[in-house]
Amino acid sequence: MQTHQFDALIVGAGGAGLMAALYASQGGAKVAVVSKLYPTRSHTGAALGGIGAALGNHEEDRPEWHMYDTVKGGDYLADQEAVRVLAEEAVDAVIELEHMGLPFDRTSEGRISQRRFGGHTSNFGEKAVRRACHSADRTGHMILQTLYQQCLRNEVRFFDEYQVVDLLLNQGVACGAVAIQLGSGEFHCFNAKATLFATGGWGRVWQVTSNAHSLTGDGAAILLRRGLPLEDMEFYQFHPTGLYGLGVLLTEGIRGEGGVLLNRHGERFMERYAPTIKDLASRDVVSRSIYLELREGKGIGGSDYLHLDIRPETVNRYLAEAGETRRIDEDFIARNLAETLEVCRTYAGVDPLQEPMPVQPTAHYAMGGIPTNVNAEVIVDASGKVLQGLYSAGEVACVSCHGANRLGTNSLVDLVVFGRRGGKRIANFVREAPLVPPPMDAAEEVRAEFERIRNSSGKSRPGELRARMQDEMMTHVGVFRSAEGMRQGLDAVLELRQRFLQDLGIDDRGQVFNTDLMEAWELGCLLDTAVVTAESALAREESRGAHSREDFRERDDANWLVHSLISSQASGLVTEQLELSLNHDKPVDRSLEAEDARFAPKERVY
Amino acid sequence: MDISFRIRRYNPEAGRSKPYWQEFTLNDVEPTQRVLELLHRVKWEQDGTLAFRRSCSSGICGSDAMRINGRNALACKLLARDVGPKIQVEPILGLRVIKDMIVDMEPFLAHYRQVLPWFVNDGPLPADGRERLQTQQDKDLINDSTNCILCAACTTSCPSFWANGEYVGPAAIVQAHRFLFDSRDTGDDARLDVLGAPDGVWRCRTIFNCTPACPRGIEVTRAIGEVKLAVNKGSSAGIIDPATIKQQH
Repeated sequence: MQTHQFDALIVGAGGAGLMAALYASQGGAKVAVVSKLYPTRSHTGAALGGIGAALGNHEEDRPEWHMYDTVKGGDYLADQEAVRVLAEEAVDAVIELEHMGLPFDRTSEGRISQRRFGGHTSNFGEKAVRRACHSADRTGHMILQTLYQQCLRNEVRFFDEYQVVDLLLNQGVACGAVAIQLGSGEFHCFNAKATLFATGGWGRVWQVTSNAHSLTGDGAAILLRRGLPLEDMEFYQFHPTGLYGLGVLLTEGIRGEGGVLLNRHGERFMERYAPTIKDLASRDVVSRSIYLELREGKGIGGSDYLHLDIRPETVNRYLAEAGETRRIDEDFIARNLAETLEVCRTYAGVDPLQEPMPVQPTAHYAMGGIPTNVNAEVIVDASGKVLQGLYSAGEVACVSCHGANRLGTNSLVDLVVFGRRGGKRIANFVREAPLVPPPMDAAEEVRAEFERIRNSSGKSRPGELRARMQDEMMTHVGVFRSAEGMRQGLDAVLELRQRFLQDLGIDDRGQVFNTDLMEAWELGCLLDTAVVTAESALAREESRGAHSREDFRERDDANWLVHSLISSQASGLVTEQLELSLNHDKPVDRSLEAEDARFAPKERVY
Repeated sequence: MDISFRIRRYNPEAGRSKPYWQEFTLNDVEPTQRVLELLHRVKWEQDGTLAFRRSCSSGICGSDAMRINGRNALACKLLARDVGPKIQVEPILGLRVIKDMIVDMEPFLAHYRQVLPWFVNDGPLPADGRERLQTQQDKDLINDSTNCILCAACTTSCPSFWANGEYVGPAAIVQAHRFLFDSRDTGDDARLDVLGAPDGVWRCRTIFNCTPACPRGIEVTRAIGEVKLAVNKGSSAGIIDPATIKQQH
C-alpha cells in the first residue's frame, strides 16, 4: 500500500475543505486535499441564493442582528459563542472572498449587492433585511470555483477521485486516513499530523432531496464506526421549496426578491403563520406550514404540492400592498434568478415568468454532525475534550452555530468562517506537532469490508435497499415525527441494514472505477447515518426547530435545552449491532444571553 | 413509455479488450425522467457494472457530460421526452476512455490549469478594509464565462481538439475569458502569452460546435472571438461593448 505523508490532510473539496486547505497552505503547511469528486463537482457549487454578512451595503445592518436571527432561527439550541464567531467573522470572510476575485453582483456604488433571505432581520426581528451577498443565483458555484482556483495558485496538492473510507488513529491521536483511488481500486494511506473532515451531508438518506448523489454521509459514518460521537443528529432541515417530484432546490432568494407561496385558493398562507416576515420566516416554520396546508387539502388541485410565484404582476401587487416602492420586472428576474428559470424550464416544463412553480419540501441540510469547537477541532465528549489531530468543518461538522434549524445563507457562512479557522489552526498545530505513524496494517479492516462487498452475491441489490430506506425515512423521520412512526421507520431501516450485511449482492468484481462497489459501500454509510438519525430523534421528546414531534408538540427548555451525543460502542469497523449510546449532557453555550437578555429563549414568532 | 438504450461499453478488466455496443430496454419510463435516472435504472436494476460519473443530477456539478444521440449533453439535463424512445449513449470524444462513460479528464484539466485560471491582483487592497469596487456593468462582462462548470462538453465537441489534443480547447479559453475581462484582475499579460502561443486560441477555426454543446448556454464561440481580439491587441480593454451583453429570458 502506498503511503503519503503530509502536514495536513483535508478530506473533501467543497467550500469548507478548500477554505481550510487554502489557509493551512498559506500558513506554511504542506497540504493534501483528497476528494471523491473533482473539486469543482462538490455540492457547495449547488448553493444558490447568497452568503449572509452584515455589510450593510443597502441599509443599516450589524453582526449582533445576524447573531440574534441565527440564535432565534436555531430555536435557541445553537452554541452562542459559535454564533458570535459566525456573524462577526462573516463580514471579514466575505470581503476576503471578494479580494480573491469572487464576482459578486454590485450596488450602484459598486459595492457587493445584498438581498433578503429567510429569517434575516434588522433590529432584533423588526423587519427583513438585505444581508445575503450574491452572485446572481449561483453564489455557491462562484465560491467553489474561486476557492479551487486560489488553491491551485497556492500549489495545494489535490488527490482527485480518491475516496476516504477510514480514519487512522494511533495512541489516541488522529494520524490520517485510508483512501481508495477510484481509478485503480488501490488503497492508499495518507499519514498526516492534522486531518480535517469536510465531507458534507447525507441528504440521500431521504427520498426527496436537494442533495447530490454523492452526499452519503461518509465522513459521519466513518467517525461513528471509529467510536467517535455525533451531535444533534435528530436535527435535519427540509427546505420548503424543492421542485415538485424532483426535490431540486429552488432558492429562498426567490422569496427574498419578493416571491410568494400560494395554496390552491391562491391564498398567501404564510401571512397566517408568520404575520411579520411571512414567506421569509425560517425554513422549519415554512416547511411545517406547507405540510399543514397540504394536510388540509389546500394543495394545488388537492395534490401534494403548492405554488411559488415570482411573476412580476404577483410580486408587484404584494409589494404595493406592503407599501414598498420597489417593483420588479422580467429583466430583473432573468438577471437575478437565471438558475431558477433554467431549472424550472428544464425539469418541470414550467416557465416561472408565465406560471407559478410547483414546490414541496425537500431534504436539504444536516444541522448535526461531528462535534467541534470554534477552532474546528473535533471533540469527543460533553466536556469538550479535543481529539488531537482531528478537525472538521462544513456541513458534516456540528460546531453548533445552527442549533435546531439553520438559516438560509448560513451554510456558506459556516463553510468559509469555520473552514478558515480550521485551516489557520492546523497551520499553527503542524509547526510543532510530531507526525504520528499510522497503526500497523492500517487498511486491513476496511479492506476486508470492501472485499466482502466486492464478492457479495446475495439477493439484495443496493439500489433496492437504498430506495426502501429513503422511503421509510421520508415517511417516518421527515418533517413531522411521532414515536410510533419513528419506531416503525427505525425497525425497517435496521432490517435493511441486516440485509446489507448478510444478503447483499453486487455485479461488479473489478478494480477500475468500480462504482457498483463504491455505491454499495456508501449505502452502508447511509444506513448507519439513518439509524443514528432515527435513534436521536426518538430520544428527544420535544419539538424544537426542524425536529417536530406530534406527540410532544412544545419546546421543552426545562428538560431539553441540551445537545445530544450519540456514539457506537461496537468493537470492530462494521458490526451486526451498532450498540448505540445516547447522552444529553452537553450544555448549550449561552454566552450571548448572559450579556443581553434578548438572546434568552422565548416563543418564536415571525 | 418504453425506452431502448444502446450503450457504448468498454471494460478491458472484464476480459473484452475492445469497445462494444450493448442494448437495454426500460419499461414504464416517465417522459420527465432524466437520462441520468434512466442510466441509474439500468445500473441498479439490470447491470451494476455500468460505469459513469454523476453527482448533483441537476446540471450544476458538470460530472455527467456524455454523447447522447450523437450530441454532447449532461445526462441529468436531458429528459426522456427530449430524446425519444431510442437513446444512444457514448463517452465524450477526444479523451481516452477508461471504462464505459468514464474518460481520462486529466488532459482537459491540464489545459484548464495552463491558462492560469485564478484571480490576480497583487496591488494594494482598499484602505478602508472593504471590497474592491466594480460596476455592475463591468461585472456583467463576465456573467457568461463565470457560468462554466468544466464539464468538457464544449472541448470534446471541437474538431480542432479532436485533431490536436495539445490545443487548450474552448473550456480553457472560456475560463481565461472570465479573468481577462474581469475589471479587477491584473494577470492579463501572462494569460495572453499562453493564449497567443501556437496551441492557444488560434487553433480555433470557428466551427461553432462548442456553443450548442454547452449545457449552460454560454456563447462559447463568442467568448473565444473576444479572447482572440484581446490576444491581437495585447489587452482586453475596450473589446466588449457592454450594450451587446445578452439578457436571457
